[in-house]
Amino acid sequence: MSETSHYLCIGCPLGCRLEVDTQGDEILEVRGNACKRGDTFARQEHVDPRRFVTTTVAIEGAPWPRLPVATAGSVPKHVMREVCEALHGLRLEAPVELGQVVLPDALGTGIDVVATRSMERR
Amino acid sequence: MRFDVVIVGAGIVGCAIARELTRYRLDVALIERECEVGLGTSKANSGIIHGGHRAADGTAKGATEYRGNLLWDELAHDLPFGFQRIGDLTVAFDDDDERHLSELLDQGRRRGVTGLELWDSERLRREEPNLSHDIRSALHAPTSGVVNPYEACFALAESAVRNGLTLLLEHTVVGIERGESGFTVRTDRGSLEARFVINAAGVHGDAVARLVGAEEAGLRFRKGEEYLLDKRLVGFVTRVVFPCPSPTSKGILVIPTYDGTLMVGPTATPSDADDVTTTAQGAQAVFEGARRLVPGISEEDCIAEFAGVRAVAADEDFAIHSTAVPGFVNVIGIQSPGLTAAPAIALDVVELLRSEGLSLELDDAFIPGIDAPILFAQLEPEEQARVVRGDPRFGRIACRCEIVTEGEVLHAIERGARTMDGIKFRTRAGMGRCQGGFCAWRCMRLLADTLDIDISEVTKRGGRSWIATPRLEVEHA
Amino acid sequence: MPELQPRHLQRRYDVVVVGGGPAGLAAALGAREQGAEGVLIVDRESEPGGILQQCIHHGFGLHHFKEELTGPAYAERYLGQVLEHDVDILTDAYVLDVDPSRRVGLLSSRHGRTEVDAGAVVLAMGARERTRQAIRIPGTRPAGIMTAGFAQKLVNMAGYLPGRRVAILGSGDIGLIMARRLVLEGAEVVGVFELMPHANGLTRNVVQCLHDFGIPLHLSTTVVHIHGDERIEKVTVAPVDESFTPRMDQAWDVDCDTLLVSIGLIPDNELARTLGVRLDPVTTGPVVTSSMETSRDGVFACGNTVHIHDLVDWVSQESQLAGGAAGGYATGRHRRADNVRLLPGSNVRSCIPHTITTEREHTIFLRVTKSLAPCTLRLGEVYERPLRYVVPGEMVTLKVRPRFLQGFHGGNLRVDVVAREEAAA
Repeated sequence: MSETSHYLCIGCPLGCRLEVDTQGDEILEVRGNACKRGDTFARQEHVDPRRFVTTTVAIEGAPWPRLPVATAGSVPKHVMREVCEALHGLRLEAPVELGQVVLPDALGTGIDVVATRSMERR
Repeated sequence: MRFDVVIVGAGIVGCAIARELTRYRLDVALIERECEVGLGTSKANSGIIHGGHRAADGTAKGATEYRGNLLWDELAHDLPFGFQRIGDLTVAFDDDDERHLSELLDQGRRRGVTGLELWDSERLRREEPNLSHDIRSALHAPTSGVVNPYEACFALAESAVRNGLTLLLEHTVVGIERGESGFTVRTDRGSLEARFVINAAGVHGDAVARLVGAEEAGLRFRKGEEYLLDKRLVGFVTRVVFPCPSPTSKGILVIPTYDGTLMVGPTATPSDADDVTTTAQGAQAVFEGARRLVPGISEEDCIAEFAGVRAVAADEDFAIHSTAVPGFVNVIGIQSPGLTAAPAIALDVVELLRSEGLSLELDDAFIPGIDAPILFAQLEPEEQARVVRGDPRFGRIACRCEIVTEGEVLHAIERGARTMDGIKFRTRAGMGRCQGGFCAWRCMRLLADTLDIDISEVTKRGGRSWIATPRLEVEHA
Repeated sequence: MPELQPRHLQRRYDVVVVGGGPAGLAAALGAREQGAEGVLIVDRESEPGGILQQCIHHGFGLHHFKEELTGPAYAERYLGQVLEHDVDILTDAYVLDVDPSRRVGLLSSRHGRTEVDAGAVVLAMGARERTRQAIRIPGTRPAGIMTAGFAQKLVNMAGYLPGRRVAILGSGDIGLIMARRLVLEGAEVVGVFELMPHANGLTRNVVQCLHDFGIPLHLSTTVVHIHGDERIEKVTVAPVDESFTPRMDQAWDVDCDTLLVSIGLIPDNELARTLGVRLDPVTTGPVVTSSMETSRDGVFACGNTVHIHDLVDWVSQESQLAGGAAGGYATGRHRRADNVRLLPGSNVRSCIPHTITTEREHTIFLRVTKSLAPCTLRLGEVYERPLRYVVPGEMVTLKVRPRFLQGFHGGNLRVDVVAREEAAA
């Protein structure tokens, strides 16, 4: 007996409605995707849903008190909040460069959190 | 501290009385529960200075309407606030209405109101082409005007403070006792001694009278909803338009405000003292009423709405009198035409105090004027250049819908604005199409920096009207 | 970041760009690439980038940089390109007016009230958010009702929360994205209420911002009353029928201390209005040619000031074209007039640009009025393309190549999006 799971693709703004046919642990077919990325996304989403996290970190000596940051890769969906909480205690000092690592290996996921803009010293 | 006179309530009436009293060598205090003056009934008002012919003879309203009207020229000369005599039209659709117009005309002439004139439909169409073609005739009153009522309150209060008034904002009167030599007025933040107390507490008038055991006016409350329309309609109608009143309602008006934008309203529904909600039924009634006068008006053009509450005395008239408690004066039940009458009411109250034994000695140091705020957008380019050279803060735009500079916002704060509404009603920042979407952050920053408070302490209009709250980990830290 | 502020403004610039957001940056780059010498960007904020600076989520740059970036990263990369091309950027400055000879009246704290002459002007002021007032919700007017974009600035840049218990009216993208941001920052989002029977924002945002966090999305439901004296305390919400009339018998109350309003964007065109350029009553932005020129000679427009885009990449593409055309105009290479007018037809709400030529390739942006799947996009009798689906929330883009129009000799070309069966018949 095969089963069908439904997902909405988040690979791009198109938002394809994806169908994943499975039998046991085996993925038989992915349908509804407009491109290759949809296929990859559906297979990943079915077994291990992952997301990028974007949030902010406190920064001092900069024009704004918050620096935007993001995970450099996707992390398991269920740790998104914990990643944000792990950043709450952080206090950065300007200047910071775009792409600079602000928290290496967040929660042992192997994924760094990096600055998504530069901020000079005010 | 001991004062000659303590005024409770800083609406248009309290502010006008306060400024009138500062002409004399007196110690005067004005107590207001809100964080800015004029934020109650006075702000949420149609802003009309009535022509003088409307209120019935034999009433306090009738006795002060035209006298008050005439006093606005001098006020507007001395103080910077928007005021213009644009005239009004009372329009007639049928025989009954036309009878009403001739009664109004007679009453106005008896009172000496100048310039009243009946217009036939042809004249009306020439002067106001967008009015309904069902209108048969109209009574034109050129003496009628429009004012920005909150600007008038700010200016009167600022002038009074400059002439020595003690203005106590965010003070709520909780008790008034009559002693041997005068009154003790207790507030939530300390007490004041006073020889005379004036009750100008608006919708709270009866409650304040009750504190000292003086007569109440049997106040009931009537809510009025008003709807402001988009700039698109500037110039569509150039005079205030009144229908003839029906037995149940004074009717919905079309009002070109001082700034030119049209406003329609008000409704008149019984309400609680603090009910400032707008309603779907209210909007419907207002737009139906407005369309009867001006068919080209649509709900689609609404950019803002508000409601205000009028305090109505049991006999529907103003209650301006001394009371059974010597030295305690009521000035309550001031509904329409209270804004028009306010300057005359202030003079009457001064005379009342004189008759009660207050000695009035003119103060030679009284200065009638205050500095006019810079309205950057209205300056010529060369003048703008000069202003920015003198103060680079005028080179930064805070509000882009209404072209208000940071310099103007900072001046407003220097002159007493403590809240976002205080800035908005002084500078127009946040009044335009985006309703503060762009300028709110800048104004919050300027308020916080100037008053040395945190962003989370900035409020819309005092009390618990905070706008932003600290991040959770900041709070928990 | 290098020093942006020009110490001395030139008396004349080939191109003056009003606004330093994604549209303005791309227009300036386009102008330089097309040979304009002096190019000036005027921006009212203290740094360029516009709204991108507060859009800290991903979703930018897939087309332009071939990778998904956050808003600030997209702005920084783009700004880098612009600065390499030697463009003057005047921040903390405001364009007060532009006269018929394209003399631009400027206000800035650094240079005061001054004027520069422009060979061409590009309007790139972006959009503003529709407010509560645009839909007239009955009730009180307490603090705590704000647009989603304002809340975004508070949270992402200023480091404050708009409140602790938040209801969201409207399912525009900014509202959806703020729902996630607020939950990640520890606030509670009690629900998103959308008048229409479908979400207004992109599907991916419904998934990532609402589904991922278990935030309820109430479709065909709206806020009918606001309660609270000083600060908002609750809202009454009610489902609506097919004619959008609230069913008050089924209304319920939702406690909240904040109401975010995310009911769409409108082009910010106060300046366009004062310039007297012709506006499209549907988009409310300027009417534009295939070179993004407005009805005023030498005045071009691009980005959200013309029509609301879903993707910043399209803004950049359209704006680079506009800037290029402005650069060409300023250096005496005015393009030939368009010869085809596009007419929005069946299920087409708007169509940008308003005119094209049969000589060049064009990208046309459409918005539809209702959802259809599958369907066919038709250009008059001369071209058609099948589409899997269309929804009002997503822009449809179409590349029109000259060969499509080879057999076409009329002046007006109707654009229709019709159901597939209909197309076959």
